[in-house]
Amino acid sequence: MKIVKSAQAGSLESCDILISVDPAKEGTGIKINLESPAKTQFGDLILVEIKEVADKLEIKDVKITAIDKGSLGYCIKARAETALRRGAGE
Amino acid sequence: MSKKATKIKDEQMNRLRRSRLYIPGNNPAMVQNAVVYGADSLIFDLEDSISLDEKDSARHLVRNALLTLDFEGCEVTVRINSLDTEYFIKDLEAIVPTKPDGLLLPKTESFEELIRIDDLISEIEEKNDIPIGTVKLMPIIESAKGVLQIEKIAEAPRVVALGLGGEDLVADIGAKRTKFGRELDYISSKIILACAANKIQAIDTVFTDINDLEGLHKATLRAIEIGFQGKSVIHPSQIEQVHRAFSPSQEEIDRAKRIIKAYKDAKKKGLGVVSVDGRMIDLPVVKLSERILKRAAASYQNT
Repeated sequence: MKIVKSAQAGSLESCDILISVDPAKEGTGIKINLESPAKTQFGDLILVEIKEVADKLEIKDVKITAIDKGSLGYCIKARAETALRRGAGE
Repeated sequence: MSKKATKIKDEQMNRLRRSRLYIPGNNPAMVQNAVVYGADSLIFDLEDSISLDEKDSARHLVRNALLTLDFEGCEVTVRINSLDTEYFIKDLEAIVPTKPDGLLLPKTESFEELIRIDDLISEIEEKNDIPIGTVKLMPIIESAKGVLQIEKIAEAPRVVALGLGGEDLVADIGAKRTKFGRELDYISSKIILACAANKIQAIDTVFTDINDLEGLHKATLRAIEIGFQGKSVIHPSQIEQVHRAFSPSQEEIDRAKRIIKAYKDAKKKGLGVVSVDGRMIDLPVVKLSERILKRAAASYQNT
């Protein structure tokens, strides 16, 4: 799957996460910029969860911005999937 | 019907569904807290509460929630989009593999569409190594056409409960919506009758005024009187009132206990007929008494 346009999913409501994706040049990989009140404790975990979804969808190059509002893993993965699929033009 | 199939049917018929709470499927805070309010059933909604441009995100969120979260014994159901929409098949393919207890089918109008849906679900179950028939169906009747097909709809495979969409029905018929739904009396009775004949449950429509809890209580008592087994609710604050209405009185509980005891004693003695308080008791009365005690036990647990 290839990211062909900017897209986003989720919200800035409590327990949610807003994930935005933008196309990236080939070979630049998956770059994630994360803002989260729990970044020190769970930041790495959130990054892993988003990356897992991108890998599963076989996305090689993408710029991702995630603003977390205390979301749980199931929600992070759902929002990442929606944003990436939208960015791929699905 | 095989013994096993009869047993499953009895379990479904007796399952407690006093309240079933609608939860907008795109709201993580509500989805993950759904279990704390004490409803018997949860309905994660992908249909009317979700705008057209968020259908995909709600579907992904609900699917992941069902795969990950523990709903602690609540019946877990999903209201998917209707068969005539482009979202239907995507909803089905995303949700069936998560093995919800049931799917609510809005705008159901015919037996034939349920046969088609049964086939589609069977295919998905087979592909995912889920025993065929695991996911049950709960059609919602929302049109005059659906009402006229109710007897066939209640007979369709996988169907364990029927509901009605009061607002849509009133609009379709051209009636006037009143607070306690007099305009839905005939339709409600018709649905209840079709359910009883097929040993499935009839669930009443929502009470839309969330500020009028006494009104809700009254409407629920009325629903119970005519034979509904449960009521759909749109706000957690409504659950307590619905459960209160479904709680049997001490007098009803005592009588139910006497009936079951008398029936068991008579069975032991090999007697065919038994009377309690001067009235003859037969199997349907015993089953009703068992249901009263089940409701009483559930009310006791909740309070």
